[in-house]
Amino acid sequence: MIEYIISKYNYWIYIVLMMIGFYAMISKRNLMKKLIGMTIFQTAIILFYISIGVKRDATIPIVPEHSHEAIKALEYVNPLPHVLMLTAIVVMVSTSGVALALLIMIYKRYKTIEEDEILKLRQEAGA
Amino acid sequence: MISRYESIIITTLCKLLIPVIQLYGLYVIMHGHSSPGGGFQGGVILGASFILLVISHGLDEVKKRMSEKLNTIFCSFGLLIYAGLGVLALIFGGNYLDYGHLPIPVTIAEARYLGILGIEIGVGITVMAVMISIFLDISSVGEQE
Amino acid sequence: MRFLNFILVAIAGGILIYSTVDMPPWADPSSPASVHVSPRYIEKTLEETATPNVVTSVLADYRGYDTLGETTVIFTAGMCCILLLRRVSKR
Repeated sequence: MIEYIISKYNYWIYIVLMMIGFYAMISKRNLMKKLIGMTIFQTAIILFYISIGVKRDATIPIVPEHSHEAIKALEYVNPLPHVLMLTAIVVMVSTSGVALALLIMIYKRYKTIEEDEILKLRQEAGA
Repeated sequence: MISRYESIIITTLCKLLIPVIQLYGLYVIMHGHSSPGGGFQGGVILGASFILLVISHGLDEVKKRMSEKLNTIFCSFGLLIYAGLGVLALIFGGNYLDYGHLPIPVTIAEARYLGILGIEIGVGITVMAVMISIFLDISSVGEQE
Repeated sequence: MRFLNFILVAIAGGILIYSTVDMPPWADPSSPASVHVSPRYIEKTLEETATPNVVTSVLADYRGYDTLGETTVIFTAGMCCILLLRRVSKR
């Protein structure tokens, strides 16, 4: 039982984190809180990718340059998730920059970032 | 929007720290082949040094060193280096982004090494400029120039 | 409404946790992600690209087209911020 928990607990941690982000995205009325939830969601996905790249007793994927022994793939962690997440982190930062810029424009126009207040204002303007 | 806060400790310390941070960012970009690092990480470090300059010295100090026009040119220049290296490989008979065919008098593996270095520099310039531009726009809500 | 959202999140989390039964155990060297293409990258990187850091060689050489797309996304995000927020005063 304890071995099963040790072999699977990393997935459970990322699922809990992801569900926190998901709850914030669908349940909060404040747009800024929705954005924070989205960032938590993305962080959970990054943790998931990094955790599937791990190999037991392996080191970072930098091979020795002047060694005469053959390189064994079992001694280095999987580099592929690291590559994908390296770009994903920077893309995450720039997309949250765009989202913050949109929030600033929404605040300039409606003077609030509460979703239901914005909807009410739009209804009043339309009627 | 962000004005200078007169504190001699903060301004002096940041003036001492920022060149070291920028040197470290350049080191991370150039040494990405044999140690953890590369264009994305080094570009973010270089951008963070300019953000520290905004926080400690105010927006006008940054405008003197990196004007917004220059910053926008940097944004596209890095991507141009990246795509241009791909087209260069295409012209000299390889596939797109196949650096083994670049006209450098070294072996194919070393030509690939140099091609990787070139695009890391391009990525670093783009990431640095985009980080600075996003921070400047959001911190000043666009009310500048 | 808030209670409904909580139930929805609980159901989604339950399905995801149920799906981990089929996932490989943590730090398993023979997990599917670690035996597909990544051994080839690790073994051939010095021979083909002369770059000891496998992450850099995969990022910039083997999957350079992917990185070009990511850089374009970052560039587009920067341009979006400029278009949304920057107002240049007319002289």
